[in-house]
Amino acid sequence: MKESQFKAARDLPSSHILGAGTAMCAGCGGLGAVREVYDVLGKDTIFVNAAGCMTLLSVYPFTPFRGSWLYTAMASAPAGGQGVRDALDIRLEQGSLRKDEDLQVVVLTGDGTANGIGLSATSAAIDRQLDFIYLCYDNEGYGNTGQQTSAATPHGARTATDPETGGMPGRKKDLFAIWTANRPTYAATVLAAEPLDLARKIETARSLSGPRLILALAPCPPGWGFEPSRSVEIGRLAVRTGIFPLKEYIDGRVVHNRIPHPRLPVEDYLKPQQRFAHLFEPQRDDKRIGEIQAAVDAYWLEVENGHA
Amino acid sequence: MTRALLTGNAAAAWGARLARIDYLPAFPITPQTEIIETISRWIGEDEMRCRMVMLESEHSMLTAAGAAASTGVRTFTATSSQGLLYGMEMLYTIAGWRVPLVLINVSRGLSAPITLEPDHNDILAARDSGCLQLHCATCQEVVDAILIAYRLSEQPQVRLPVIVNLDGFSLSFTREPVSLPDDQAAAHYLPAFRHDAAEFRGGHPASKAVAVLGGGAYSYFRYETHLAALAAIDAYDDAAREFEQQFGRRYPSVECYRNDDAEISFVMIGSFATKAKDAVDRLRDAGHKIGLVRPFMLRPLPEADLRKALVGKSGIAVIDQNLAPGRGGILHGEVTSVLYGQQERPATVLSYIGGLGGRDIVIEEFFQIAADVRAAVASGATPAPRLLYTRNELTDMRKMQAAAHVEATGDGAVDGTGGAPSKETTA
Repeated sequence: MKESQFKAARDLPSSHILGAGTAMCAGCGGLGAVREVYDVLGKDTIFVNAAGCMTLLSVYPFTPFRGSWLYTAMASAPAGGQGVRDALDIRLEQGSLRKDEDLQVVVLTGDGTANGIGLSATSAAIDRQLDFIYLCYDNEGYGNTGQQTSAATPHGARTATDPETGGMPGRKKDLFAIWTANRPTYAATVLAAEPLDLARKIETARSLSGPRLILALAPCPPGWGFEPSRSVEIGRLAVRTGIFPLKEYIDGRVVHNRIPHPRLPVEDYLKPQQRFAHLFEPQRDDKRIGEIQAAVDAYWLEVENGHA
Repeated sequence: MTRALLTGNAAAAWGARLARIDYLPAFPITPQTEIIETISRWIGEDEMRCRMVMLESEHSMLTAAGAAASTGVRTFTATSSQGLLYGMEMLYTIAGWRVPLVLINVSRGLSAPITLEPDHNDILAARDSGCLQLHCATCQEVVDAILIAYRLSEQPQVRLPVIVNLDGFSLSFTREPVSLPDDQAAAHYLPAFRHDAAEFRGGHPASKAVAVLGGGAYSYFRYETHLAALAAIDAYDDAAREFEQQFGRRYPSVECYRNDDAEISFVMIGSFATKAKDAVDRLRDAGHKIGLVRPFMLRPLPEADLRKALVGKSGIAVIDQNLAPGRGGILHGEVTSVLYGQQERPATVLSYIGGLGGRDIVIEEFFQIAADVRAAVASGATPAPRLLYTRNELTDMRKMQAAAHVEATGDGAVDGTGGAPSKETTA
């Protein structure tokens, strides 16, 4: 593969093509990821959107996108991507579109869609080897409706539908593993707070064709319960505690781009967030904090042993 | 032009082929599957240039269809029954996208109980979606309706999806002689896909289906869709007139059969209307002034043509192959609302439900319906809607219930499937 144009922070785009003044919340980690992704992909991109927070980016008569946008429905954005991609290919083949009129198709969904109602359409798009980028902003709940529990909500997190002492009783679904089990062209985890890593991964994704996952952790101030000014810090803590591994899947194997050394204790990440406050107050719940720590430790042990 | 003996499904595939479709997103469902299999075979044999893709559901299939049409290709797809309902969210959505495409629905009754056989509850569930609807009665009409539907759908003042409906089994699997236009004639009638400035392509940013805030913007776009559907009434007449000029086959939005001097009219849609025609002929032979009125286009509802066909009649019988539980026949409501307030409107508009889930409507029933209308006209009293069901059918049902160990719930009542108090199995 040819060398990255993004060698250092100074190589990152200095101006953004996504317009400002959107309806997203202050400190939205999802919007940050979309902005950075868009800078690398460029404006000949069509975002095919499923219902979620980002649906409110384009509200008639305004849009922050300099390229195209199609809102579909919650369950079937990948199928919308399929229709656009197929039609572009048909027209390129027929000669009714020039090569420079082609578009990069990006499906833009939240984690509720990606792990639940839209998973069937996503899975089928991978089966068909659809040439598209699937950008999931993972704010770990149904954020747009007020942070109800989704399949991506982490164990123990309180949400609007798991408000009682225990928080989310289940485990966060591993969307990255679901994708890679189906052997896509590419999959990567990214974070707006790590822009250089993100830009390199989008650069790689852009150079490939076929199904490509970009899974962006999206710290969510109102949904997770922290001040908007701490959004970048919370994201970085997710990486440094090992809770959110930065990794990519390419040529059939998973590579971890950053193995946190030393790994900070998970409570450094949990404690600043209101959704985990019940683990610390009124009494510290060592048992559950220990469980969360043990799960993270087990993950990285597997990585060190070459199994993840 | 060639003559061929074709099933309704083969006729639908031929319609798509003659329309030179670019794109077919597909999902199988009985009794539609033969359509997509036929087209798939033709693509494999290089008889057709079309990209076909199998989706994982009708919901996705309709999403892909609308998205492709938004990107500038002539798009065709097909479904039936449960599939149409599974995709219902996207039917409303793609109508709002204002995209031209043609969807075939092969009508089949809806669950529960699950069945494979035809009635019209599926297509009528899409009545208010914004998609236009043409209802075929013969295999010939299936081919012709698809060509007309594309002409209509691609008109700039319309730009709405058109659903072409044909009945499962009685058309989908029934061979009839069909006259197939040759490729050149079809291409003359239906020119190449009409591109739109808002199509997605690089260098031309476009936003489609963005959110609106507030009722003002929402109402505006909804009214636009409604006005486009109304504009389809005249656009349809133009498309049908040109079709007649070129091919000699006439498709008025409302077909009237021996209806001009009729005192009593049957109103029906779909293939069973051909049974009504037979009944009309025999009743005419017996000296009764009776006719048939068959809306070929149901959305937009050609109100003026319907009124013209029905005002001045002494009595009408609307025969619905659908059932809106708690209301009755859906067409009956449509027809009476069109006539309300008209001078010389028929005082008697009787409602019949029949032909559900593949049940036949036999000629004796048409005779009985005609007799009911005459009696109601004479007495001035409109009887309650009738659910067609014969003594023999009830006897057969009782035998099945006995076999299923179901106890009858009362005097002559028929157990509903859902709540039947079955000890072992439900029917």
